[in-house]
Order: sequence, then C-alpha cells, then structure tokens
Amino acid sequence: MKNLISMRDVSTKDILKLIDLASKIEKKEINVDMTGKLAALLFFEPSTRTHFSFETAVKKLGGNTFAMSGTSSTSVKKGETLSDTLMTISMYADIIVMRHVIEGAARFAAETVDVPVINAGDGTNQHPTQAMLDLYSIQKTQGTLNNLTIGMIGDLRLGRTVHSLAQALSDFNPKFYFASPQHLQMPTYIKDDLKSKNIQFEELEDIKEVMPELDIMYVTRIQKERFAVLEDYEKVKDAYIITKKLLEGVKNNFKVLHPLPRVNEITTEVDDTKYAYYFQQAKNGVYMRQAIITELLNLNY
Amino acid sequence: MNKEKLKVDPIKNGTVIDHITSGKALQVADILNISNSEKEIMIGINLTSRKMGKKDLIKIENREISKEEANSIALISPTATLIIIDDYKVIKKFGIDIPNEIKNHIICPNSNCITNIEGVKTRFELANKNPIEVRCAYCEKKYFIDDVKFSF
Repeated sequence: MKNLISMRDVSTKDILKLIDLASKIEKKEINVDMTGKLAALLFFEPSTRTHFSFETAVKKLGGNTFAMSGTSSTSVKKGETLSDTLMTISMYADIIVMRHVIEGAARFAAETVDVPVINAGDGTNQHPTQAMLDLYSIQKTQGTLNNLTIGMIGDLRLGRTVHSLAQALSDFNPKFYFASPQHLQMPTYIKDDLKSKNIQFEELEDIKEVMPELDIMYVTRIQKERFAVLEDYEKVKDAYIITKKLLEGVKNNFKVLHPLPRVNEITTEVDDTKYAYYFQQAKNGVYMRQAIITELLNLNY
Repeated sequence: MNKEKLKVDPIKNGTVIDHITSGKALQVADILNISNSEKEIMIGINLTSRKMGKKDLIKIENREISKEEANSIALISPTATLIIIDDYKVIKKFGIDIPNEIKNHIICPNSNCITNIEGVKTRFELANKNPIEVRCAYCEKKYFIDDVKFSF
C-alpha cells in the first residue's frame, strides 16, 4: 500500500495485515521507530477528534507532526490552489494526513505528491481510517470478522462511516440490519454493491425486534437539521436512541459501537454496561492509525 | 431494393456507422471529429430499424474509422456497429467494446467533486454494463450514463 484513500482500494489481505499490525502494536509485541519523520496533518475541514487521534498515533511512534486546521491562516485563503499547497507541504513532510470538505480531494492529493497520503475524510465520500478502526474493534470484540450479524442505526444516508464499514465488511459474509427513518436510509449505490456480492441485508424502521440476533450495533447520530419539519424529528427520534432497556436480552458477545461524538443517541446509563465499547473503539483508533502509518512509511520494527 | 436503402446512397469507400442510438448521430459525429472534415458525410436520424425501432446512421466517404476511435462513442451509443466499405464491398464489420476506464470525456455531475473545483481531468470507471453506469474515480459517486454530460 502506498496511500490509504478509499476502502474500495483496500483488499481483504490488506485489512487482515493492518489488523494484525495494530494488534502487535497494542500488545507491545513490536516497537516501531518513526524517529526523524514528520507527518503533516492537514485538516482543511477542522476535526478535533480525528486530528488528536492521528497526532497521538504519530507521537507514540516517535515521529513528529505539524498541523493545519481550517483554512483561515493559510495561503489557501490567498487563493493558492490545493495542488500548490500540497506540493509545498510534500517538500517538508514524510507523510500527509488530510481531511477536506471536497469529495475526491484525497485521491487528487495522492496523485499530486510523492509522499504517502492518508485520507482522514473527504466530504461525504470516504473515511477509511475510521472504517479500519471499526474493523479492528469488531475483530477484537468478536474474535473474527466473519459471519457476523450487524445492525446499523441512525442516519445511514449521510453517515460516511457506515458506508465505508458496510463495504469493508462485505468480504466477510455479514448479515446486516439497517434501521433508519425512511428519508435517511442507506444509499442505493451501497445497497447495489451489497446485492452484487450476495450480502444479506434488511431495512427496518425499528431495530428492537432484531436486537437478540445482533453481534454488533453500530450507532450514528441523527441530526435535527436533516429534518425539514421539526415535528417529524420529534416523532422518530426515540426509535433511534439506545437505552439500557433496549439491550435486555442481547447476546453475551454483543457490543455497541459509535464513531463519536455522541449527543443523545446512546443514553449515558449504557456506558456502564458491558456492551458499551465506543470509548475503547476510539482508543483502538490510535493503534490502527499507528499501524497504517507504519505500513505506508514502511517503518522498521 | 427496400425503402430504407433508398433513403441514403451507398458509398464506394469509407465507413458506415449503423445502429446508432436514435438521436445521438450528431454527437457521434462530434466525438469522431468528422463534422468539420471535408469528407462527404451522410447522416440519418430516426430511421426505421427492425432491430431497434428507431436508429441513427452515419456514412463517411473515404475514411476508415478504427476500432479504437469507435470505442470512444461506446458510452453514448453502445449498440453501434461499424462497417468498413472498400469498392462497394463490406470488408470489415465490428461492434463496440465499452472501455473499463473513460478518461477526460465525462463531466462529473457532483458539484462538490474535486474535478469540478481544481480542474482535474476526470476519470470514470465502468460500474455496470446494462444499463451503463459509471463511477467517478475521485468522488466515487455512481451515475447512469444518461445522467452525465460529456466534453469532447
């Protein structure tokens, strides 16, 4: 792998290799040395959480970072093209991590510069490091990625994390339940991809009835702003809030995942149950990002 | 001689592009860059076809269209067949292969795609053959071919 731009480019073999590497880093079975290397963290669209996660990953590997958040303090504001900004940064950095509001910006970056590029989110398109850390979290909690029953709940139309994850899991024979309000359903192109791979999936408006079947429930936030009429939001919002009561009767291995930040879609009483896994999931993100950087920079260990 | 043949004269040497999707002949002529040439060209639009109901047809005197050139019209008229004529005789006949990758010619309909912002040349991959769907290599959105615009 030279870059990580889209889960569409990542083979099953790559996925398993990165999970193995993340696991070895977490268990301190290997010591990766990034000393003397610089990562540019270019967050054209600000994102505190992903930014900190990458910064932690680089520093834990012994590397260093320089960062940009937003475009207000850069030459982008003066009208410099993205291509020129990237070329200049690539003269300083050994690897570029980039988040941009424009879709395809990361692919373009990878084609423009010689150093490896990691896509930290491009508009509504891809967020592959999130998908990879989700896969790592699923592997860790279930002991496998194969033959799992996974519920995805919330805003499935605009949430790019659920798109990347559904695609990434489709090589592991999953069964999906998609629960969302009608106008926030999983997009057709994702469903077409799943159909072409003969993946079983069912769309529901309420997740309750399938809870006892699930190994994983992946929760995303439904934003009020997605509803034209506030009353419509009020009508559906409770069906997509995870409470302790909803978790009665779930499987022993069941876990709740969430890309965070959470607002009110998982009640805080769930945090104390053995099913809550979202904070560990965020921690897994650091190990997975360490693994990705190690692989792309071909670091010694 | 049947009625269809009466409508356009046969050519001595050159290429007949038959079974063009009805209404697409002028676009095909544009793509193949034949509209501005000095060659004799006959274009038939909305001709009756037993196979297709309606079809377009182009006859070009003294020019042999190559297989590679022909494939460039695949996206707008995948059903077209090419017949190469030499001294009034058919010497070659071939269909069109839809390429797996299309560079430059499709404009991405996604206004938030980098290709519409940074002036990047577009690249689309064939996502589905029937009906034809293409996927932008940059923003990864998938479109039916009838929903995209071309630039040639």
